[in-house]
Amino acid sequence: MLSLHNVTKNFGGIKAVDGCSFEVKNNTITSLIGPNGAGKTTVFNIISGLTKPDGGSIKLLDKDITNLPPYKIAQSGISRTFQLTKIFRNMTIKDNLLIAKKTDDEEMKKALARVHLHKSLDTIASELSYGQQRLLEIARAVLREHKLLVLDEPTTGVNPKVRHELKVILRELKKAGNTVLLIEHDMEFVMDISDEVIVLTEGKVLKRGKPKDIVKDKEVLEAYLGK
Amino acid sequence: MIHDFFIQEFTFFFIYLIIVLSFNLAVGFTGMVNLGHMVFVGVGAYVSAILTLGGMQWYFALLLAGLISAALGILMAAVTSRLKGDYFQIVTLGVIFIAIAVSRNWVSLTRGALGLPGIPDIIKSNFYYMAFVGIVSVLFVLLFHWLVNSETGKIFQAIRDDETATAVLGKNTYFYKIFLMAISTFFAGIAGSLMAHQINFIDPSIFDLEQFIIILFMLIVGGLASIKGTIIGTLLLFVVIDALRFLVVAPEIIGPVRQMSLLIILLVVLIFRPRGLFGRVDV
Repeated sequence: MLSLHNVTKNFGGIKAVDGCSFEVKNNTITSLIGPNGAGKTTVFNIISGLTKPDGGSIKLLDKDITNLPPYKIAQSGISRTFQLTKIFRNMTIKDNLLIAKKTDDEEMKKALARVHLHKSLDTIASELSYGQQRLLEIARAVLREHKLLVLDEPTTGVNPKVRHELKVILRELKKAGNTVLLIEHDMEFVMDISDEVIVLTEGKVLKRGKPKDIVKDKEVLEAYLGK
Repeated sequence: MIHDFFIQEFTFFFIYLIIVLSFNLAVGFTGMVNLGHMVFVGVGAYVSAILTLGGMQWYFALLLAGLISAALGILMAAVTSRLKGDYFQIVTLGVIFIAIAVSRNWVSLTRGALGLPGIPDIIKSNFYYMAFVGIVSVLFVLLFHWLVNSETGKIFQAIRDDETATAVLGKNTYFYKIFLMAISTFFAGIAGSLMAHQINFIDPSIFDLEQFIIILFMLIVGGLASIKGTIIGTLLLFVVIDALRFLVVAPEIIGPVRQMSLLIILLVVLIFRPRGLFGRVDV
């Protein structure tokens, strides 16, 4: 589905991403984990075109999307959310969803029901709680025609109930044929829902594998906890 | 028959309504705080004045006033496309000083500080001119209402709330910002043309910051991203400015008294209604 080959990005003298290569397989949930400053969000920003890489290439279903502007990458089929939610605060839920896809009320209500957000379409987005805003952002990303969903720390700042709902939502999305790539710090969440885990440290892929193998890996534990 | 004073005032009200609404389109609906908006009004006024004084029919001049203002608006938007927030505002503020310098120094075209007198009337009767300008402004309000509720209008508002999120939802924000600026400055130019044919004279003072401050006050008092707010805000400030003319104060302090009064109104409104009278987004 998605492949990164030898992607690099420097900010001044700091190597944020250093020859990063990995693949995301079709119809899987893949989690990108790593300590703070490992370069996870930079990788996401490079994938979605918000940050230009210094080198390397990114392909989505064999189509080269390296250096395309964000709107063209979105049109190619990547739909994403952000670490700090980016909803259209002064607009209604309906208008938030309309920007993602021109559709009717029925489909919008279904999109909201899919993420367990039970609010009227006419609700102004800023009136939602933080957790609900997160769900709206996910609903918006899912509603868009997409091939790959890229979610940046979807559980950050949400209560345990919403966190549990997110697990259910992600499993349902996978069941419906979606492919998901996510960054997450909540290890229990990651181990519970991921098909594959990629561990990033200092901008490089340290390990990749099944959650049960990653959680026991000595190098991974050292990267997280120190020697 | 309506008193000539009121005819003049209503004509100006309709012209200012177009100016403030087109300003609101950029600021309130798209978040592009174009502090140089009055420059495009001035460009429209100069274009229309120069062309009609040269013998062109007023309707061609009116259209060209809008188109040339829009062309300059597109140029400004393209040049500033990577600038955001304060940086964008500072550059657009700088455009005012460029316009003042050009209008004062390109004497062969603008007659510099002497200005351009004798701009022909579009319609001889003041009453019918008011009606004409009124129809233009009502048509603009209707067009504006349709635009901000259209898919394109929603994208403008999405850009205002979060440009990055709009881009990752597949919208070419660069194109939409340029398009927005073209529409906003086109109508600013049309308003400038209508103003030039109303006062029959134009000089570089149209670019003065004081002119801009008045439309800024009208916008903020009425509230951002609200058509109703713009209409009420413009009308309210018009009434206040006119009422202040009848204030019995020494002529040399009329100007400062007017400015202070407008400032007090602005402060009072913002204290009790931080979003302005009918604003839908924060000032």
